[in-house]
Amino acid sequence: MLQLLRIELYKIFKRPRTYIAFIVITAIILLLQIALKADGKEYVGMMMSGMDDSFFAPPTEVLNGYTVCFIILNLLLIHVPILVALIAGDMISGEANMGTLRLLASRPASRIELLLVKFLAATIYTLALLVWVALLALGVSILLFGTNQMVIPREFEFNIIDTGDVFWRYMAAFAFASVGLITVASLAFMLSTFVDNSIVPVVGTVCVIIIFTILTQIQIPFYDSVEPYLFTTHMLGWKGFFYVKGEEGITIDGSVENLPAVLKSGAVLLGYSLLFLGIAIWHFRRKNILS
Amino acid sequence: MAAIIHVKDLSKAFGEITAVSGLSFQVPEGQVYGFLGQNGAGKSTTIRMLLTLVTPSSGSIEIFGLDLFKHRKEILRQVGAIIERPDLYKYLTAYENLKLFATMSGVRATRQKILEQLTMVGLQDRADSKVKTFSQGMKQRLGIATALIHDPRLIILDEPTNGLDPQGIADVRNLILHLSREKGKTLVISSHLLSEMELIADSMLIIDKGKKVVEGLSKELLNPDTLHVELITGDKQRTLAVLKESEWKSNILDSKDESILVMMPAASVPMLNRLLVEKGVHVFSIRPKNSLEDYFLSLTRN
Repeated sequence: MLQLLRIELYKIFKRPRTYIAFIVITAIILLLQIALKADGKEYVGMMMSGMDDSFFAPPTEVLNGYTVCFIILNLLLIHVPILVALIAGDMISGEANMGTLRLLASRPASRIELLLVKFLAATIYTLALLVWVALLALGVSILLFGTNQMVIPREFEFNIIDTGDVFWRYMAAFAFASVGLITVASLAFMLSTFVDNSIVPVVGTVCVIIIFTILTQIQIPFYDSVEPYLFTTHMLGWKGFFYVKGEEGITIDGSVENLPAVLKSGAVLLGYSLLFLGIAIWHFRRKNILS
Repeated sequence: MAAIIHVKDLSKAFGEITAVSGLSFQVPEGQVYGFLGQNGAGKSTTIRMLLTLVTPSSGSIEIFGLDLFKHRKEILRQVGAIIERPDLYKYLTAYENLKLFATMSGVRATRQKILEQLTMVGLQDRADSKVKTFSQGMKQRLGIATALIHDPRLIILDEPTNGLDPQGIADVRNLILHLSREKGKTLVISSHLLSEMELIADSMLIIDKGKKVVEGLSKELLNPDTLHVELITGDKQRTLAVLKESEWKSNILDSKDESILVMMPAASVPMLNRLLVEKGVHVFSIRPKNSLEDYFLSLTRN
C-alpha cells in the first residue's frame, strides 16, 4: 500500500496542473495582504462602524496578523474547495480519460486498494494545500502586520481574544477546515468514479457547493429545516473556535462558546466523507472498465 | 501441452447487448495464441475479462490452473498486458513510466533492468524523454515494455502493432517470436492484421459476434495441403446432398449463405468438381482459400 501511495503522490506532484491551486492561493492571499497593508485602516473603520461606543481600539492595533488571517480565511475558505475539486475530481476519471485506468486495474493491486490509495493521495494533497494556506494567511500576515489582540466581529458585538490565546485556535480551525475540505475532496472523488472525464466531477462538485451555500445563506424559513443536513453549513464550523465565552464582558481564555456544536459539525462532515467514500468503493468495485 | 488459460462458457452482456456468448477456449503454455475477429466481435471484451477489467455475466476463467476471480492478485502478478492503445503517463519520462508500472506489479526494478527493457524495444536513447514527445510507434513499443517489465509468464497484447510502420511491425513480430521461442513465454495476441498472425501464431481462435467460430493449431487450420474450398453451385441443397454421400461428408465446415466451405486435400479438388458435374450440379465456382484472410472472411462474412 505504501509503495502504491508513493506512486500516486509522485504522479500528483509531477503534474503541472497540481500547482495551479498553489499559485492561485498565493496570488489571492498576497493581493489581500497588500490591499490591507495599503488601506487596512479604512477597512477596519468600516468593520467597527456598527459597534458599541464602549469599545474603542485604534485601527492600527486591530489590524494585526491574527485579524488579517481571519479576514482572509473568511473570504477564502469557500473558494479553496473548488481548487481541491480540481485534483480530487480527476483522480479516477482522469486516469480513465488518459486510458491508464485499465493499465492500473489490470495490475495485482485490488480495486479497493487502488481506490483507497488514490483517496489517501487526494487527502494528502488537500492537507498540503491547507498547510500552504496556513503558512501564507497566518505566517506571512504575522510577519507583515505583527501580533496583537484579535478582534472578531459578531452580529451585535465583538469578541476580543488575548494574543496568547489565539494561536491554538488557528491550529484547531485549520484542523477543522481540513475535515471540511476532505469532505469536498470525497464528493469530487466519488463523482470521478462514475465518469470517464474530469470535467463532470469538478463542475458537479462546484455546482453542489454553490447550490448548498445558497441554500445555507438564504433567509427563507422553508430552507431552515434543510440547512442542518447540508455539509456546506457545517464547513463554516471552523469559526466556532473564535467565538469565546464571556463573563461580565470579559472573555475567558481557552473557552469556546459552543464546543458541542463545533464537534457535531466536525462529526457530520466526517460522516459525509465516509458516505461519499463508501459509495465510491461500492461503485468502483463493480465498474466495468471500458475506457 | 498443458493449458495456461482455460475459459469455459464465458458470456458478457451489457444491458441488451451480448458482447460475448458461451465462449470456451484453451491457451496452451509456451505458444503464441492468435485471437482473431472483426471489430465488435468481442475480442477486447474477452481480453478485458481475462484481466478482470470487466466482470463476466457467466462462465469461468482459470489461469495457471487457478480461478481468476478467487486468485486475482496471484495470477495478475504473472501477467503482462497492453489493451488497445498503450496509453501511458504523458507527463512522465519513459524511465519513470516503466519504474511506476514495475512497482505496480510488485517488482523493484533497478535502473539497469529498466534500461534493458528499453533497449529491447529500441528506446534506450529516449529513457529520460517525456512520453508526450513520443510518436505513436514509440508509445506502442514503450507499452510493450511496460507489459514485460515484471517478467510475466503470460503476456496479453491487444492489437500490439496498431499505429506502427512496416519496420515497427516487423520489430514487434520478432520480439513476440523471441519471447515465445527463446524465453518460453505464452502470448495471447489479438489482431486484425491477419497476415501478421499467420506468421507468428501457433494456435488460433476466431470469434464472430461474441461466439467461437473455430479454434485450432495454425498449421492445421492453414495447412497448404489441406485446403479450405469455397464452393458455389446452382443448387446448394443438391450439392450438400452429394457431399454428404461422398468421402468428404465429414469435411463440410460451413454452409451459411450461398456458398459451402469444405476442407479437403488439394489433390481432391478436381475429383470434387468431376463428381458434382456427373451428378448434374452446375458448378459456378470452386475457390481454394489457403490464406488466413480468405479463411477468416469465409468464416465471418455473415
